[in-house]
Amino acid sequence: MDESVRKAVLGAVPSLRAFAISLCGNVDRADDLVQETLLRALANIESFQPGTNMAAWLFTILRNHFRSEYRKRRREVEDSEGRYAETLKSQPEQYGQVEFREFREALAQLPADQREALILVGASGFSYEEAAHICGCAVGTIKSRVNRARTRLAELLSVFGADDFGPDEQTRAVLARGGG
Amino acid sequence: MNERKPVEQPRPMDTADLRNRKSSSKPAKLSREVQARLGQQLRAMYDDVVNQGVPDRFAELINRINGDGSKDRR
Repeated sequence: MDESVRKAVLGAVPSLRAFAISLCGNVDRADDLVQETLLRALANIESFQPGTNMAAWLFTILRNHFRSEYRKRRREVEDSEGRYAETLKSQPEQYGQVEFREFREALAQLPADQREALILVGASGFSYEEAAHICGCAVGTIKSRVNRARTRLAELLSVFGADDFGPDEQTRAVLARGGG
Repeated sequence: MNERKPVEQPRPMDTADLRNRKSSSKPAKLSREVQARLGQQLRAMYDDVVNQGVPDRFAELINRINGDGSKDRR
């Protein structure tokens, strides 16, 4: 395997892992998913087009594998909470523990299609076009999923998190109002 | 687990109110503040995992196939 390809694969692993965790909500399962993805990718590395986006290629493999193998199993939010918290070594200072937890719970309640679209665009940094390619759907579909995901998240957080939704009073008020 | 919050059922009043406000002001559009806040939290959650780097098991797996990877590939 070419050294540049190896570096590209290695470089994509942290983000691939973050994507996997957000998809299946369980760190152990996510790491198994990443492992299986890497094995598949490395076994088919000649089908990777040099010069194209390695991360997008790996995300596509992971996403398809997740869809085919893991979808049947229920997302285990309860189980994931403790395990997830364990992996969060550096809880970002600016967000309270409660806020962080509630955000993950809200995210877990989104339909899978919406969650993956939101993560790909809002966290992984893919364009709408790249996200559409990864998910095998139209760009417009991704856009609408992302919009619905954001709206739903705001609803969920304003509903059950208003009392302790972070330190920012102004934002809390905005969320409680529903924006607009 | 035990301490898990009952988050399944949003209070209908609140969501209904939210939807009404949305449609009466900017249809299907969240304020910039809300979008920014959600985006920040999403990235904070995601980046926390990203910042953990490459776990050893994956680095080893990738390196094993590098170079004289023929022993693992054939």
